[in-house]
Amino acid sequence: MILRKEMPKPLLVFNDKGIYCQQADVYIDAWRPVDKCIVTHGHADHSRWGHKHYITHHNNVPIIKHRLGEIAVTGKAWNETFTINGVKFSLHPAGHIIASSQVRVEYKGEVWVFTGDFKTEDDGLAEPFEPIKCHTFITECTFGLPAFKWEPQTEVFKDINEWWATNKSEGRTSILFGYSLGKGQRLLKHLDTSIGTIYTHGAVENMTEVVRPYYKLPPTTLITRETSKDEIKGNIVVAPPSAHGSTWIRRMVPFVTGSASGWMTFRGARRRRAIDRGFVLSDHADWEGLLSAIEATGCEKIITTHGYTDIFSRYLREELGYDARTEKTQYEEESSESDKKMDTSTPLGDLNSEYQRNIVNIDKIIENED
Amino acid sequence: MRDWLVMKKFSQLIKKLDSTNKTNEKVAALTEYFLNADEDDKLWTIAILSHRRPKRPVNTTLLRIWATEISGIPLWLFEESYHIVGDLAETIALILPTREQSAETSKSLSQFIQEIIVLRTIPDDEKKKYLHDNWLALNYFERFVFNKIITGSFRIGVSQKLMTRALSKATGIDEDILAYKLMGDWTPENTSYKKLILEQNDEDYLSKPYPFYLAYAVEDNFREDLGPISDWSFEHKWDGIRSQVIIRNDEVFVWSRGEELVTDKYPEYQEFLKVIPNGTVLDGEILPFGEGEIGNFNALQTRIGRKNISKALLKKTPVILNAYDLLEWEGKDIRQKPFVERRRILDKLISGVNSAEIGLFLSETMTFDTWEEAAAERDFSRDKRSEGLMLKRKDSPYLVGRKKGDWWKWKIDPFTIDAVLTYAMRGHGRRANLYTDYTFALWENGELVTFAKAYSGLTDAEFRQLDAWIKNNTLERFGPVRSVTPHHVFEIAFEGIAESSRHKSGIAVRFPRMLRWRKDKPVEEANTLSDLKALIPR
Repeated sequence: MILRKEMPKPLLVFNDKGIYCQQADVYIDAWRPVDKCIVTHGHADHSRWGHKHYITHHNNVPIIKHRLGEIAVTGKAWNETFTINGVKFSLHPAGHIIASSQVRVEYKGEVWVFTGDFKTEDDGLAEPFEPIKCHTFITECTFGLPAFKWEPQTEVFKDINEWWATNKSEGRTSILFGYSLGKGQRLLKHLDTSIGTIYTHGAVENMTEVVRPYYKLPPTTLITRETSKDEIKGNIVVAPPSAHGSTWIRRMVPFVTGSASGWMTFRGARRRRAIDRGFVLSDHADWEGLLSAIEATGCEKIITTHGYTDIFSRYLREELGYDARTEKTQYEEESSESDKKMDTSTPLGDLNSEYQRNIVNIDKIIENED
Repeated sequence: MRDWLVMKKFSQLIKKLDSTNKTNEKVAALTEYFLNADEDDKLWTIAILSHRRPKRPVNTTLLRIWATEISGIPLWLFEESYHIVGDLAETIALILPTREQSAETSKSLSQFIQEIIVLRTIPDDEKKKYLHDNWLALNYFERFVFNKIITGSFRIGVSQKLMTRALSKATGIDEDILAYKLMGDWTPENTSYKKLILEQNDEDYLSKPYPFYLAYAVEDNFREDLGPISDWSFEHKWDGIRSQVIIRNDEVFVWSRGEELVTDKYPEYQEFLKVIPNGTVLDGEILPFGEGEIGNFNALQTRIGRKNISKALLKKTPVILNAYDLLEWEGKDIRQKPFVERRRILDKLISGVNSAEIGLFLSETMTFDTWEEAAAERDFSRDKRSEGLMLKRKDSPYLVGRKKGDWWKWKIDPFTIDAVLTYAMRGHGRRANLYTDYTFALWENGELVTFAKAYSGLTDAEFRQLDAWIKNNTLERFGPVRSVTPHHVFEIAFEGIAESSRHKSGIAVRFPRMLRWRKDKPVEEANTLSDLKALIPR
């Protein structure tokens, strides 16, 4: 343990605008407009509109420009150190989606890392997650429960391609839902094009066109007004989840729907959405992934930002002995239900007393259920 | 080789049923299973899908503890996970160490179930070993199915009706006949597939009820759609327990609508043997009856829950049967005769009975010349302790299950009150991980007093919206329950109301549900407890 008495203020703080480095006067993934913001990746809750200056990885520049229009943005390479007022910053692959970064922040020998969103498995498309040694690790924990365990993606894609082939043999079109940035391209990358043609929804097609110069992806065909029903039949359509239940989808009849998401772990989640087939495939780390990533950093302190934060940080404290706590952010929390950003304004209570009450009540529940 | 496939076959069937929302595909999967599975396994599958499961062999506390031991996670973390997953069998299957390929087991479904039945009787340490071995031998989905068999509650979106349809396709036996065969208190241990499904047998006939005919609620514009009012017979819709009373071979059998044999709970009905001939089956309503009039449904609750019916209870809450149909007469199934013909025999039978002494009454039929007259009678429903009117087509046969066309229920409008959302709990099944189970309160002296829980009536979109609001406006967390800022007002509808010493508010309401989300109403303007009390019929 190294104590740093000369630096009373933490290197990064969480204020009402985002994660803030006072020494450098720079924000990371701010949720309100700021002057200078380092952006980890292109999802809407991390790269918001309205900052005066954006700093992000080179390959993410066209992505956020596509989403946010003409913005002032500086691109950086992996591991390229840039210094602002004595604070050294660098970006490192997070493996979450294409061009997603972790941010390393170093000042006077103290190192902090913010993961943004990440996963530990190499998905064959996004630059693979790279563990970074640090003192304080700020991590997401979207799937921070032991119920979440991902199978290797080769197994999942085997299932997806088999599903497609079966649907085709039954004369039905397969519609696979995944977000237009990230999951969409990951699906495209691993679909077996010997089975048929990949069709896309406009949202997926547009984003895919933006990233094609940097990432090798199979050919896709955009569905337009002219695309006939017979032409699509038996092939696969990759569409964003919001297309489910829309009128757009009806021209694909007869079709079968599938969704690829970590939330598909829960039978209830799939049934609630009235989706025929759920594939457990996530761009976030699972329980073991989170724990192994933490161990690899060699960190002493952990801050959890979004996901099952209170449960996960309690586990880190009580079972693994870390100095772990939760900071409230506006990154999508438990966002299993919608693509929309939520208006998050929950006051943070005293977490410790909250846990105490939980323990007591859980015991009661166990007694009552028998 | 063939044998070990059998448990797999069953869990593959469950997986197929679970992975489609389309009824036709479910029926196809079940039909295929019924065509190919072993007879013992078919029988157990029918039993499981018709809620005849072996008794739970291990209590759930032990299941939780043993599962966390193997997984190496603390119990509190298991509980947190369970609240989020929303299903115990699923949580256990998820947190156990992963296994890619299931071991080859030489057990069939029925062998598995035999073992689970025996499991009840063996010491805890042997139970633990059995569970450990099987959990680690099965893959995720088989483990889930195995846990479901152990814990009960096998809800996978397959109704008994759907299962019966598939069985009919596989065997070529008529669906209604199968529905009849599947009634009653058989278990796979006291019958066989051949005996239950394939053979004609008179042995079980003695206590066997007929499938109930169930009515739909009237639709908009029903007055025009139903044709001449002279085609219809009217009755009050009694607020008790639907039941069939069978008198055969000098014995009485009482069946509830949930296909439960409840003869022992209603010893009063033994009196019927004195006046009703053998070979008679009555369809009617069990009603509480005291001081010469029908009581409140709440009084019946005390009879439903008890295993042992004491003399004191019999005296305090006597019940009668209000008969409204006759399904069997002189040993013959007369369900195909027109309603009026069945009623003619029933009326004649009961007119000779001293109703007050025997406890057997007749649900009076009525005819009306105009819908206005019928509506006027319906307005008297609450005074008569009924829930509205039943409409039965005079020439209709007694059908099987819920069918549109010949019987309709025309219920009175529910009571309603505007209440405040105060607590929320995560739902189960398809609502797992969503806050969908709510507690509502009414004002009293500036404080909110809990009066009812409700979890139906909102659209999926509204549930999602409210779920997001709840997560961001939580005051306190108590395990799966969160208290929330009093802010949202909902119009709560309910069917009945009575005073109750068991409820904090002093009031019990029946079947509360959310009618509307009153976004227009500020929380201060929600109703008070006195407003609610004013609704109690005098």
